[in-house]
Amino acid sequence: MCDYQKCKHWGGNQDYTSTRNKRKTHLCCDMAEVEDTLKRIQGYNGVIGSIVVNAEGIPIRTTLDNSTTVQYVGLLHQLTMKARSTIRDIDPQNDLTFLRIRSKKHEIMVAPDKEFLMIVIQSPTE
Amino acid sequence: MSVPHKVGTVKSKQATNVKAPVAKVVKAAGKKKDEEEATDTAEGEEWMPGKTLVKPPDQLDLTEEELNEEITRVLTANNPNAPQNVVRYGFKEGCYKPIIFVDQMAIHFELEGNLVHKESDEGRRLMAKQAEREEGTGAEKLDNVAKAGEKERKLTNQFNFNERASQTLNNPPRDISCQTEPPPRANFSATANQWEIYDFYVEELKRREKSKEKQEGQVLNKEEDKSKKKIIQAETQSDDITQLAHAAKIIERMVNQNIFDEVAQDFMYFEDAADEFRGEKGTLLPLWKLQYDKAKGLSVTALCWNPKYNDLFAVGLGSYEFTQEERGMLLFYTLKNSSYPEFIFNTTSGVMCVDIHEQLSYLVAVGLHDGCVAVYNLKKKSDQPVYNSTASSGKHRGAVMQVKWQKDDLDSNHNFISVSADGRVVSWTLVKHELVFTDIIKLPATDKVPDDLKDVIATAGTSLDFHKQKDHHFLVATEAGKIHKGSKYYSSKFLETYDAHFMTVSRVRWNPFHPNVFISCGWDWMVKIWDQTIKSPIFTFELKTSVTDVAWAPYSSTIFAAITNDGKVHVFDLSINKYEALCQQKVVSKKTRLLHIEFNPVNPIIIVGDDRGHVISLKLSPNLRKKPKEKKGQELPKGPEVEIAKMEQLLSSLR
Repeated sequence: MCDYQKCKHWGGNQDYTSTRNKRKTHLCCDMAEVEDTLKRIQGYNGVIGSIVVNAEGIPIRTTLDNSTTVQYVGLLHQLTMKARSTIRDIDPQNDLTFLRIRSKKHEIMVAPDKEFLMIVIQSPTE
Repeated sequence: MSVPHKVGTVKSKQATNVKAPVAKVVKAAGKKKDEEEATDTAEGEEWMPGKTLVKPPDQLDLTEEELNEEITRVLTANNPNAPQNVVRYGFKEGCYKPIIFVDQMAIHFELEGNLVHKESDEGRRLMAKQAEREEGTGAEKLDNVAKAGEKERKLTNQFNFNERASQTLNNPPRDISCQTEPPPRANFSATANQWEIYDFYVEELKRREKSKEKQEGQVLNKEEDKSKKKIIQAETQSDDITQLAHAAKIIERMVNQNIFDEVAQDFMYFEDAADEFRGEKGTLLPLWKLQYDKAKGLSVTALCWNPKYNDLFAVGLGSYEFTQEERGMLLFYTLKNSSYPEFIFNTTSGVMCVDIHEQLSYLVAVGLHDGCVAVYNLKKKSDQPVYNSTASSGKHRGAVMQVKWQKDDLDSNHNFISVSADGRVVSWTLVKHELVFTDIIKLPATDKVPDDLKDVIATAGTSLDFHKQKDHHFLVATEAGKIHKGSKYYSSKFLETYDAHFMTVSRVRWNPFHPNVFISCGWDWMVKIWDQTIKSPIFTFELKTSVTDVAWAPYSSTIFAAITNDGKVHVFDLSINKYEALCQQKVVSKKTRLLHIEFNPVNPIIIVGDDRGHVISLKLSPNLRKKPKEKKGQELPKGPEVEIAKMEQLLSSLR
């Protein structure tokens, strides 16, 4: 049985990602959990948009329009790489957890991962 | 004519030019001879020339020695006019070098000849011209010969020639070429930073370790490979953002921090300055309100802070209405993300109590409404408990009201103790994959129950607490209003019984510092503080409605907080005011009952759970956190001894 609470799928044992993260969820449910989180993030107060970028710099999920997404991705990808490079050059055992850029109008939050990059733009709740 | 002997061996210093003086002398002598001969020939043949030596005027005067000196004369083929000291600039050395070999040829006479070879071009041309001339004069023979010669050799010129050419068969040229496929090209670029090198080494190390493990255990490889293959295929097919979970979590926390920025700032830094003017009173500042929409309709039945992570706490959700639908949840919230719980566990029946292990903060013991106890492991991302007690393994017959973890037993198995509505206090041990139970004690029946029914109608236990130092001592509170003090080692009798309240005792707790003091609260509107050596309470407080929970503050032995049915939180500090609460604040809206309260072990906040499934966190104002005043000039001793001393002081003042 799949461990994901909202699972409605039928499937045998082969569909589980059992060796990867020791959790018996269907692959599609694993993803669904992350999608849940993304949906929640988008629904929070003040969040303008969120973008998920893969390792090659191609946005795979976005809630903004295409041109804005491409612009954000291109610029922030480079900045994140630079920031990460800086941290790791100083101490290779260290790594970047997240990057926050606060501007007059809103705040851009970037959380890098091994393969992905997640960008959220939020405006202050005032 | 004989030449005078001296002339032949003239010794002169002019070594080179031999001929000239000799010639001169000879000439001179010759002249003289001619004169002599001219004068003397007439005389006769027997004339002996007189040896009159006449010195030429320019002859050197030399001594006898010098005259006898032998002078060698060398005949060479050298050209006397050739230069002897020719130098040439040598660029290699950068200086003038003398040239040793100089051309020694001396040209005495030169005459250009006018002979031309017969068969050279010029010769032929001239011969032709000559032949023409001879032709013109009329020598026929010569002409014939000349003509024949001409016919044989016709002169070629630019305007009178024949060209003959022939074409050979040329092989047709053919182009053969072949094209190969160019090797595929890919652009590769990389940077070599310190951290990239480090990453590579770390991966290499992992790979080596894995290969070592593989070598050691090479059993069941086939099956593993098959399953791995399937999984790998599936991974590449999906748009796989499952790895994003970690980044998404961080982002969610950041967004929450931004939304509740003021709350976070208050939590960290806000100290109510107005407390100075309020005298003794303090206030509670509401911070986060945590709720989960799926938990609607459930009440908060248990709260427990995680001892290791100070922002994580467990919330048990269930129902106190025994007739309602049976479902429950165990949620874990962190203050860093107040919008959504970190861990969600669904249980088959309502959760009644929760306890987190002191050392292994991922082990959570849960007591359920149907009498089961379960142990969850937070590290395993499974929705199912790791251990579960079933009907066969001695589960309780009534709702489990309290669970408490104990220290590991002699076999270093984890164990915990539970008390339930069926009146049993049971110890459960985690052995491998099972829960093994041991009855510790059974709660004695109440007096009101007639004797013949005593075995049947159980006395429900409602609360359980273990002594901080002597952990075999424990206190059990019952629905009947009694508190029993027992020991794990005595299974037949209790050490003491206190007549605490007239109605159900909702909570009993030992004082975290003083070894003899404990507090209890009940539905009879009372909060009582006891010394375990005395049968009657030391302090009694009456709050206007039934008290549902009470908790000691972890930082002071005289501060405690109690919550009542009308939604108020009462905070007392006995060292400051023995009769009144320092703070009585309503924290929830009307008709919401507060059910549980817990102090955070580190930060000055409390969480309260209500019957709507919400958890509210509140910050204690400075007045509620007062340390004893320092006397001027005296250093303030810190540590639990101070707290004990404080309490002792209080107690002694009352005796």
